[in-house]
Amino acid sequence: MNAIKIIEESYKKEIPPFNVGDTVKVTMRVKEGEKERLQSFEGAVIGRRGSGTRETFRVRKISYGVGVEKIFPIHSPLIEKIKVVKEGKVRRAKLYYLRDKKGKATKIKEKSFNKT
Amino acid sequence: MKSILGKKLGMTQVFAGDDRLVPITVIEAGPCKVLQAKVMDKDGYEAFQIGFDTVKKEKNVSKAMMGHFKKASASAYRFVKEVKMEGAETGGDITVDIFSKGDKLSVTGTSKGKGFQGVMKRHNYKGGPESHGSMFKREPGSIGSSAYPSRVWKNKGMPGHMGTERVTIQNIEVFDIKKDQNLLLVKGAVPGANGSYLIITLGSTAGKKE
Repeated sequence: MNAIKIIEESYKKEIPPFNVGDTVKVTMRVKEGEKERLQSFEGAVIGRRGSGTRETFRVRKISYGVGVEKIFPIHSPLIEKIKVVKEGKVRRAKLYYLRDKKGKATKIKEKSFNKT
Repeated sequence: MKSILGKKLGMTQVFAGDDRLVPITVIEAGPCKVLQAKVMDKDGYEAFQIGFDTVKKEKNVSKAMMGHFKKASASAYRFVKEVKMEGAETGGDITVDIFSKGDKLSVTGTSKGKGFQGVMKRHNYKGGPESHGSMFKREPGSIGSSAYPSRVWKNKGMPGHMGTERVTIQNIEVFDIKKDQNLLLVKGAVPGANGSYLIITLGSTAGKKE
């Protein structure tokens, strides 16, 4: 098993550390025919799953009043950049309860650094 | 023909250059030692006997085998096989760098044991409907006619032991080679359980007697 972990490690990308509850901006390369352009998706990370090169994370945002969720493979070469916009304070590993909430209730408390 | 012996370590997934996630099997391949050359004059055929995976405790090796290893001034190996090859010589080493990226390989191993299995799993029979009062579910059904031929045809699929047999997979592509760690990364799956031994040959072995 160990040799496999080492192999996986060598194929991983460098990504900024982020946790569930953070607000992130993911920039992806999108191919349209011959052309390639960048597309960004900003929202709250509501879950991470998997390990190694297979790890994925789920981002949720409200787009024109409709909840949209997108799953990104963390180490995908199509992801150009992951930027942590806000760090959130949550007590759960999966924030699926946000799907049933509306408006103010979907706000995630921000992490305060003054107290620590 | 080029061959090497190896051990299946396991599988994983990795992003390839073209943004696709590809399944990868990690194989510990070599280093192998050439123990004996079989020659036409003496043995009637040409091949090289190579060994892989050194034995940790030499007391577990029989004296006869120990003498054989000593003759090639090699340490004892757990996995010894004969392969057809050119340009090898007794006492020489074989390492993964006989292959290069993109090569097509044939990989031979012993498949995972499945135990005693029915015809649906073993011979891909269709079976019958599962519901609506069906009394014919996973059975083989009729196994032949009556007066003619008055017997069951040869090779008729029947339940029985499945797996633990020699399986060769052709056209396995080399994804990457880690020479310093003696690792061979190939696309897709190879026969056998993790930790089982493999014979890896460059090119197709189809139609060639081993």
